[in-house]
Amino acid sequence: MANPVDTGAVPAVVIPAPSSVAAGERSVIDLLPYFVLGIGLGLIFMKAELISWFRIQEMFRFQAFHMYGVLGSAAGVAALSVALLRRFGVSTFDGDPIRIDPKAMGKGTRYWAGGLIFGAGWAVTGACPGPFFALIGSGLGVFVIVLLCALAGMWTYGRVRPRLPH
Amino acid sequence: MLDLLREPWPWYVAGPLLGLAVPLLLLLGNRLFGVSANLRHICAACMPASADFFRYDWRRAGGWNLALAFGFVAGGFIAATWLDGSGPVAISAQTQADLIALGVRDFSGLVPADLLSVGALRTLPGAVAVVLGGFLVGFGAGYAGGCTSGHGLTGLATLQLPSLIAVCAFFVGGLAVTYVLLPLLF
Repeated sequence: MANPVDTGAVPAVVIPAPSSVAAGERSVIDLLPYFVLGIGLGLIFMKAELISWFRIQEMFRFQAFHMYGVLGSAAGVAALSVALLRRFGVSTFDGDPIRIDPKAMGKGTRYWAGGLIFGAGWAVTGACPGPFFALIGSGLGVFVIVLLCALAGMWTYGRVRPRLPH
Repeated sequence: MLDLLREPWPWYVAGPLLGLAVPLLLLLGNRLFGVSANLRHICAACMPASADFFRYDWRRAGGWNLALAFGFVAGGFIAATWLDGSGPVAISAQTQADLIALGVRDFSGLVPADLLSVGALRTLPGAVAVVLGGFLVGFGAGYAGGCTSGHGLTGLATLQLPSLIAVCAFFVGGLAVTYVLLPLLF
């Protein structure tokens, strides 16, 4: 299947294709399940306080188990589910085989350098991209500005990407 | 029942439910859970000509993910409007003491209003937190090729070494801010 992403003019660098293996949705109705799942996840972000700057600080100070419990059990359940899907060769609801493209390691620079930068931003704002959206929905208008600055950061990365080591 | 939902959800309920998003998205259409891709999709939608990185069919690649993000907004609204019964976030006494020593005074909401609010934007710590913090999240997620969801959940769940490196780096970056930048900022 054709990759919908134009890989551009920098063949030396592996561009992470946005996670799209299947064809795009044909109508707004096809997007509804994702919207509904998003509502559920937004509720979890809010009610488990994953989006609280205070909880993130508590995590980075190793003073409570809560965040480690949430993130650890989430990763564990996700890993177990993926292993079961693979073990039993489960197909998607549309009948396509489940396909998970591995991430290219390259030199690995992008993962530690980008990770350091992202982690710093996570600790300052006390939130990552998913929570930005939920916090905006909860009425905290300042996170509209945080989101705009994050878009500026992503845009800047897109501009300087050819000159960065990956 | 509603009262129970209003209480903060314990980690052993919220964590497993959150983890189920990964297999659900795979089953719905081979989608890999990763929220920061939306930042790229929005750039691709608004300014596709500005870089090769943003020149692709964002509707096809990211329509589902943007729908998910709209769901986050709706979920945040629902939780704040009808399920808000918890009061201040019940962080540990030690964290609260540390943050008071740092200069945080407002513990009433999900985030400290003395750092993260429209009013606090006029102060240096507030402006740095909002503008620099947001920028670092976007730039870092782009560079690292994922964020807490893409690397921390999907990447770890599919046993990807790059994601393990990224998650360790997230933590080192966060610790540096917590113990070096925040004390300087306040």
